[in-house]
Amino acid sequence: MNFQHDVIIVGAGLAGLRAAVECVGQADVAVVSKVLPTRSHSGAAQGGITASLGNEEEDHWEWHFFDTVKGSDYLGDQDAIEIMVKDAPRVIYELEHMGVPFSRTAEGKIAQRNFGGHTRDYGVGPVKRACYAADRTGRVVLDTLYDQCLRHQVKFYSENYILSLLFEEKRCVGVVTYDLPTGEIHLLQAKAVLLATGGCGKIYKTTSNGFASTGDGLSLAYQSGIPLQDMEFIQFHPTGLYPLGILVSEAARGEGGFLRNRLAERFMERYAPTAKDLAARDVVSRAILTEIREGRGISGKDYVHLDLTHLGEEKIQERLWEIASFVRIYLGIDPVYDPIPVQPTCHYVMGGIPTDVDGRVLMNERGSIAQGLYAAGECACVSVHGANRLGCNSLLDLLVFGRRSGLAMKKVISKLEPPVLSADPLRIVEEKIKKLFDSKGAEKTDEIRKKIQTLMMEKGSVFRNEEGLKSGIEEIQSLKERYKNIGVGDKRKAFNFEWMEAMELNHQLGLAEVILVSALHRRESRGAHYREDFTGRADRYFLKHTLAFQTPKGPEIRYKPVKITRFQPEARVY
Amino acid sequence: MLVKLKIFRFDPEKDEIPTYQTYHVEADPMDRLLDCLNRIRWEQDSTLSFRMSCGHGVCGSDGMRINGTCGLACQKLVKSFKEEILIEPLPVFKVVKDLVVDLGPFFEKYNSIKPYLMVTTPPPDQEREQSPEKHKIFEEAIRCILCACCTASCPVNQNKETENYVGPAALVRAFRYLFDSRDEGSEERIALLDHPDGAQGCQTFWKCTEVCPKEIPVTRQIGRIKKRIYDAKQPKE
Repeated sequence: MNFQHDVIIVGAGLAGLRAAVECVGQADVAVVSKVLPTRSHSGAAQGGITASLGNEEEDHWEWHFFDTVKGSDYLGDQDAIEIMVKDAPRVIYELEHMGVPFSRTAEGKIAQRNFGGHTRDYGVGPVKRACYAADRTGRVVLDTLYDQCLRHQVKFYSENYILSLLFEEKRCVGVVTYDLPTGEIHLLQAKAVLLATGGCGKIYKTTSNGFASTGDGLSLAYQSGIPLQDMEFIQFHPTGLYPLGILVSEAARGEGGFLRNRLAERFMERYAPTAKDLAARDVVSRAILTEIREGRGISGKDYVHLDLTHLGEEKIQERLWEIASFVRIYLGIDPVYDPIPVQPTCHYVMGGIPTDVDGRVLMNERGSIAQGLYAAGECACVSVHGANRLGCNSLLDLLVFGRRSGLAMKKVISKLEPPVLSADPLRIVEEKIKKLFDSKGAEKTDEIRKKIQTLMMEKGSVFRNEEGLKSGIEEIQSLKERYKNIGVGDKRKAFNFEWMEAMELNHQLGLAEVILVSALHRRESRGAHYREDFTGRADRYFLKHTLAFQTPKGPEIRYKPVKITRFQPEARVY
Repeated sequence: MLVKLKIFRFDPEKDEIPTYQTYHVEADPMDRLLDCLNRIRWEQDSTLSFRMSCGHGVCGSDGMRINGTCGLACQKLVKSFKEEILIEPLPVFKVVKDLVVDLGPFFEKYNSIKPYLMVTTPPPDQEREQSPEKHKIFEEAIRCILCACCTASCPVNQNKETENYVGPAALVRAFRYLFDSRDEGSEERIALLDHPDGAQGCQTFWKCTEVCPKEIPVTRQIGRIKKRIYDAKQPKE
C-alpha cells in the first residue's frame, strides 16, 4: 500500500521517538519500526545519562567537554561535543518534566552516579555526572517517550522492516517496507526521512545487542552512495555477563564494584593508576583481555570477576536490581555473595552515517548534504564519540541530536512540496524480493551469519593486526559470494522471519567488510581501535575521520579532518 | 542434553485449526528456552514464527505460555524443565501465526488509561523535586516491560464476558502515574479507573503477580488504586 507523510522516522528507539515528539503537531509524522513499540534496543541501556547538573558534587560542562574529547582519543569533533555537553542539563530537565522517573537524592533532586572516564577538574578524580533511574534508565526513558508519542498521537508502522531508501533527483523521498503482519510491501513517501535505526552489534558473536541490531539503516545508506564514517571504532563493553554477553552496567563499578583476576588482584590499578576501574571502556576491555591472555583469567577461562560483594544487599537491590536479576537468572549465583564472571562484549559502534549537528546526512568529505535524508542516534556519526564513547554519553547523544534532527526537519518541510516519483519504486523492490523467494540456492542464513560472527570476534574485535584483517576481508568476500546462492525455505508472506534474516544478513556482510577495511587502513592505535602492529597513536598521519564509500571493488577509503576547537591532542592516560 | 519441545503451530494461510508439532533440540542446561526456539528455526524448521528482540528480559517481546504458565522464553533456562516442554502463544490475544499474537488490543487498552504525566502547573527551570520516599512508592511499577504476560494470565481477561477489562499491565502503568507525586491528573485518572472494566474489574486472582517476570506486586498495586478510588469518594469533612 502507499502512504504519504511529511516526515518518516525509521527506528523507534530514543533518537527516533525524541525526533517524533519534536515534530508532531507541526508535521505529519510517522515512525517505522521493525519491532513493536518499546522493544527497541535503547531500552536495554542501564546506567544513566550524563549531564553536569552538579546535584551531588561540583561539576561544569567544560569538564564534561574535556572528558568526552579525551574519551574519544581526540577523534571527536569538538564543535559537536560542545553543543552536546552544553545542552545536557536542559535535556535532563526536559525528560524530568515529561515524567521520567529518575532516582533521587535525599534533597529530592535527580540523583547522579560515577561513570567511567567522567572526571572533575579535567581528570583529577571521578565525578558523579550520570543521571539514572536505578539500572533501567534506557527503558524508563523509552517508555516515557513512547507515552508522549501516544499522547500526541504519533502514527506508528510497527513490525515494518525497511527494504530500501527512495531517492528522486538525489533527494530522499521515502522508504519501502515489508509489513510483517500482512506480508505486504508498503511505499511510504515523505518530504524528510530520518534514519534512527541503531547499531550493528549482531555482527559479533559476543554482544550486548539485541537480535534486531543488524545495522539495516547503516547499510541502506551505504548502498545508496552515502559513505560510512569511522566504522573501525567498535566499542567492546568491559563487563558482559559470561558467557552470554549480556550487559552488566558500568554503574556496577560506578557504585563501587571492581574487577579482579584469578589472583584476586585488583588489576586495573596497574593499567589506570588514577581512574582504576573507572577508566574509559576501551582501556578496561583491553586490560581484561590482557589479563586473560597472560593466564590470569578465572580458572584458566576467558573471564574475570566483577566483585560487588562489598556493596551490600540494600545498595544492590536499590540501584542494581536489573543486573542482579540477570545474574541470578542466567548464572544461578547471587551478586550479593558471589563475584560476577564477566568478559568484554560488543556493545556500540562509534562510527556511522556522517551528519552535521542538525542530523543532515553528509555525502562526502566536502560536506555536501544529502537532501531529505537525516540520521540520528547510534547509526549516525556526528561525531561526538570519536574513537571511543564514554558511558552514558550515548543516551545524551540520542536525545540531543534526535531533537535537533526533529527541529531541522520540521523547519524544512513547510518549504517543500510532496515528492513526485518518476518510476515505480515498488516494482524494483518486488522484483528483488521475488528473486530471493524463487531462489533455489542451498546456502543457509544461519551458517553464513555464524561464520561472520566468529571471524569478526577473531579478527575485528579488541586486538587487530594486518594479517588478521586481511584474511578476515578475504573470508568476508568469499561469504559474500556464497550469499549470492542464499535460499529461503519459507515461502509464506506473513511473519516470515527467515526471509527478513536473509535480508539482514546481506547488511551484516557489507558492514563487516566496511569495518575490517576501515580498520586495515588505520595503521595506528586510537580509542577502541587497537593494532598490535601499530601500538601507538599517530596524530601526524591519522588524526582524521575515515570515510568508506561503496564501489564495485569493495569499500574505498577516504578521509576528512577532525574539528579541534579547544583541546589539543595530548597523551591519554587514566 | 536432548530437549523435547511440543510447540503450538497455526498458519492462517493454510490451517483451519491449530496443531502441535514436536521437536528435539540438543541444548546445554544453561541455555535459554529462546535459544532452543532459535535453534529449531535456524536448523530444523524455518517456518516457525515467534517474536524476540533483546534476549534478556528487558524488551518484553517473547512472552508465551510455557507448560501452561505465561513467561519470557529468554528468562527460562532449559535445566529447569523435565521431559517435554509445551510451548503455546499467550492466551487472551488472537493468534496471528504460531506463537505470534495480535497485541494491538493490548496497546489500545494501555493507551486508554492515559499513560503520561498530567501537569498543568508550569515546570520550574530545573527538575521538580521528589523525595526518595515518594519515588519509592512507584519504583516497582517502573520495572514493567509491557510483555503482556500478566494480562494474558488474568482469568478476568480470559473470560469472554469480562474480556473488556483493561487488564493488569495497563493498571500497573496507571498506578505508576497516579501515585507519582508530580502528577496532577488524579481526578481524571480516578474517573477513568473507577469502572467495571477499569480497576474495579480486578477480582484478585493474583495470577498477574505470580507470572510477572519483573516481580512487580501487580495485584497489590491494583488494590491500592481501588483504595485510592474509595478514598476519593468519601465525603470531605
